[in-house]
Amino acid sequence: MRKNIANWGNYPVLDCEEVSFSMEEQLAEYVDAHDNVIARGNGRCYGDASLGEHSISTLRYDKALQFDEQQGIFECQSGLTLDQILDIIVPRGWFLPVTPGTKFITIGGAVASDVHGKNHHSEGSFSNHIVSMNVLTGKGLVTCSPDAEPDLFWATCGGMGLTGVITTVTFRLKKIETAYIRQKQIKAKNLDEVLRLFEEHKHCTYSMAWIDCLQKGDSFGRSILITGEHATPEQLPAKAARAPLTLPKKMKLTLPFNLPGFVLNNFTVKLFNALYYAKNTKRVIENTVPYEPFFYPLDAILHWNRGYGKDGFVQYQFVLPMDKKDGLVAILQKISEKGWGSFLAVLKTFGPQDDLISFPMEGYTLALDFPVRPGLFPFLDELDALVLQYGGRLYLTKDARMKERVFWDSYPNAQRFHQIVKEWNPNGKFRSAQSDRLNIQFA
Amino acid sequence: MPARPNDMPTVLILGAGSDMAVALARRYAAAGHTLQLAARNPGQLRSLEQDLRIRHRIAATVHAFDALDFDSHAAFYQSLPVPPDIVICVFGYLGSQEKGQADWKEASRILHTNFTGAVSILNIVAEDMATRGKGTIIGISSVAGDRGRMSNYLYGSAKAGFTAYLSGLRNRLWHSGAHVMTVEPGFVATQMTQHLKLPPLLTAQPDQVAADIFKAAENKKNVLYTKWFWKYIMMIIKNVPEPIFKKKKL
Repeated sequence: MRKNIANWGNYPVLDCEEVSFSMEEQLAEYVDAHDNVIARGNGRCYGDASLGEHSISTLRYDKALQFDEQQGIFECQSGLTLDQILDIIVPRGWFLPVTPGTKFITIGGAVASDVHGKNHHSEGSFSNHIVSMNVLTGKGLVTCSPDAEPDLFWATCGGMGLTGVITTVTFRLKKIETAYIRQKQIKAKNLDEVLRLFEEHKHCTYSMAWIDCLQKGDSFGRSILITGEHATPEQLPAKAARAPLTLPKKMKLTLPFNLPGFVLNNFTVKLFNALYYAKNTKRVIENTVPYEPFFYPLDAILHWNRGYGKDGFVQYQFVLPMDKKDGLVAILQKISEKGWGSFLAVLKTFGPQDDLISFPMEGYTLALDFPVRPGLFPFLDELDALVLQYGGRLYLTKDARMKERVFWDSYPNAQRFHQIVKEWNPNGKFRSAQSDRLNIQFA
Repeated sequence: MPARPNDMPTVLILGAGSDMAVALARRYAAAGHTLQLAARNPGQLRSLEQDLRIRHRIAATVHAFDALDFDSHAAFYQSLPVPPDIVICVFGYLGSQEKGQADWKEASRILHTNFTGAVSILNIVAEDMATRGKGTIIGISSVAGDRGRMSNYLYGSAKAGFTAYLSGLRNRLWHSGAHVMTVEPGFVATQMTQHLKLPPLLTAQPDQVAADIFKAAENKKNVLYTKWFWKYIMMIIKNVPEPIFKKKKL
């Protein structure tokens, strides 16, 4: 059925035909019979990466296929979401090796975006933990791994669905003793201090910082660094220690409609950020929290994206090399001058990674939300120029508007990626609004 | 304290390949029931069987069942590892009204899948439950059976027949201690309806419907409309006077 679809940023909204399938035969039949198809999971990429003429929803292709509880190996179909996987594995003492800031994404999406989490500096991105996967390419169903058809494998990890539809994924889990995280929050007065704190805490498994982009002068870049380790049973309060792998059930809040655009303005964002910073009255707070609020604070409010109004928003996430701190300062300054800061800007350091087309590289990554409004896109083009100038790049999963040239100039393996995509997707059958915009197939 | 699996009733799902059946299987598996999954192509149920075992650590078996092959139904029922305590008849075929008007093959497939096939297998189940003096039959009918409309009266009339059948069966089996529940779902977002433009506010997700059915069956409800407001919508639709109704393009 044709309908208007948008992903998490509610921008852009495109008229797509969406179909779903629950069996591989149905998928193969549909892909055979149609051109211009692109897989779509739970719609949590922000822009147009999974929108196209024919969006193939994987959400009904959601079966767990294998769970080796001794070795911690899990296999499932691509439409299974992380929240469902967590429900299965956490009570049995396992955790996701890598998780982004929402659990409402599918495994197929996790691979196609090669997602990273708060542990990138210590454990890499999702692709680092994949044993093998099956992809329905333009040449049929192919099994690939770092050893078998490695080109296809690496062009599929972070490849935004352009090699075909990921059907099943086998990946390694992480052993845990409890469903809780030992969390530490440290207030940093400015950017220098938070970058120093990142360095001091690089041995921590998980780390990220919330950063207030609207501050100037001495407080420029004031932040709260948050680190975490999986808690041991001994670290839990007596009540929780009795069932260390079970979390108490919680109510979900939802934002039932779009807030009017004016609700989020410079004043309210400033107020929110000030309160967020002030709520930590002590410089250092240490406590033990369930894994959900630690990893997925925003998942507690379903449809929080509606807070940005009906015109939607874009999330701007870039990475800069570790030695380009001045670039980070330049970009933050530009944002703070413009006064268009977002609710929550997230800063984190990446460890080394040098894959074909994955986003992460060793350095700093910053993610901010900008409500769509007149003048935003020219402003983001200016930020793009800075990102390029300092040798960085943008996360394709968040992207909704980057210009073709920015992609080709910032991803060093773009040409190689293009060739591999051409090999497995020879007729450009798998294509999205994003791949057209960035001219990935037909360049 | 959850009951031990072997204390739990066994559930047979007829037409286990559909989205609604998957949701029902998961709901019953979550409660610890043993499942018997039946569909025309049992090979396609293997992944669901794995999924249920992994998620809920329950036992599930897979069986070949063709609703249109009436002669095979007795042997199919005999071949089940244990006689099921709860039987959920989920299979159905929406088909194409327009095609069915001109093409008897399509029309008969709609009628035989939704009505004759269901009657054929449930007759056998009912005999067994009447003899055993216990059991629950859950028939998934449709609000489309409450009143014929030009856009889908082939499907609707078959479901109307099925609804009447279930009502009679409920009456009969009450006297021998078994229970029959009629389920009348409204719009549900499944692959069967994915080509239709359904109003989002009136459309349920399969897992919401499954949760409703599970709860209603526990409470031995007779007729379940799901979502709940369909009861009132259908009350209105059923009461529109025929002279007016026939002039509408419904």
